[in-house]
Amino acid sequence: MIADIPENREPVVAIRDVSRRFRTKLALDDVTLSVPRGVVFGLVGPNGSGKTTLIKHVLGLLRAQTGSVRVFGRDPVADPVGVLSRIGCLTEDNDLPGWMRVDELMRYMRPFYPNWSDAYAEELRQAFGLEPAVRIQELSKGQRARVGLLVALAYRPALLVLDEPSAGLDPLVRRDILGAIVRTIADEGRTVLFSSHLLDEVERVADHVAMIHRGRIVFDAPLDEIRATHRRLTVRFPEPRPRPPALAGVLAWEGSGREWSAVCAADAVGLRAAAEATGGSVVAEHDLGLNEIFVARAGAVAARAEV
Amino acid sequence: MDIHISQGDGVPIYLQIVNQVKYLVASGRLAVGDELPTIRALAERLVINPNTVARAYRELESAGIVAARRSAGTVVTDTGSPLARRECVNILTERVDALLAEARQMNFETEDVLDLIRRRDRAIRPRPEEK
Repeated sequence: MIADIPENREPVVAIRDVSRRFRTKLALDDVTLSVPRGVVFGLVGPNGSGKTTLIKHVLGLLRAQTGSVRVFGRDPVADPVGVLSRIGCLTEDNDLPGWMRVDELMRYMRPFYPNWSDAYAEELRQAFGLEPAVRIQELSKGQRARVGLLVALAYRPALLVLDEPSAGLDPLVRRDILGAIVRTIADEGRTVLFSSHLLDEVERVADHVAMIHRGRIVFDAPLDEIRATHRRLTVRFPEPRPRPPALAGVLAWEGSGREWSAVCAADAVGLRAAAEATGGSVVAEHDLGLNEIFVARAGAVAARAEV
Repeated sequence: MDIHISQGDGVPIYLQIVNQVKYLVASGRLAVGDELPTIRALAERLVINPNTVARAYRELESAGIVAARRSAGTVVTDTGSPLARRECVNILTERVDALLAEARQMNFETEDVLDLIRRRDRAIRPRPEEK
């Protein structure tokens, strides 16, 4: 682990006011985000919401049209070597040279990374059950993902970046990927940035979650805080209602007749009082999983867009 | 240590660990002096963030159920305290509530349920000749 004292207090990734337009489509709309050191940062959002575009900026594959991107305090486009030599990365398309054998790829990658550890690479190869003499194109999708993971981890990068690492993979490979995240973070000071639409996985391993939707950041906070501020209140009204009352802080209502339940992102106490002022009484209050929060938030963004 | 994480019911993962350790202690499956897995080992086994395990252990420590020992990791310190007893009552209350709700739906009177509990108690109690 390289000790960069001046960088310790700085966020590992700092994205500031970044917008990105592809022809007429606004893929990123004034995104500001920072990934603190030593956390597992989960980036969630529906398909096509801008997650991959954002990650490409972090990896220096796209230049910021407006705003700035800094990784370890450096510009990943201007200084790709300085940045990429400290990032381990696994993306969904995971393009590895198919004609190489597993052992050839390991030898090929080693010179690029001063911190490459043969012992750790070999340990990972065995743990993942990868045969050294097999060509990568002959491997299953899951085994190819494990090769990608091996290459991303073998130099113990200070930052591990995973873009939809679990997409289309079976539960065993997904477990290896999550295990890699857990081990990376258990080693003091290392940081993980990963995007996923599998919210169960995000909930298991993330410290901090940002949701992006239609190119904009919808929320960005520690997972504990997100869970503490989002709750479901079920309200019972004396008379059946065709639609629920409009209350500030409610992201989504569902229900019918007398009972309606609200997903809210406000202090539950204030909302309780507001619900009671409309004649209803709160009959239940629940914690929410990230899944429900995500669905309610995405729905609220869509509803605002229609107004 | 038999701990499982279930997702989707909205219970935070750290709290699931806390509750299950309390349950294991209350039911005697963890005894005083027993060692909990290290934070890292449990995080890797459950595939969850190590900070989540650390938070659960801190919570258990402040509840007086475990103590962090520099030499021996985290060990169970307390099983018979009123707190553990209270945990038992909490656990049982939840189960009794579920049982009563189900019984009510099947049109069972509480008396019938009590009868059934007594009958089952006799049925599952070890017979003297087997001892």
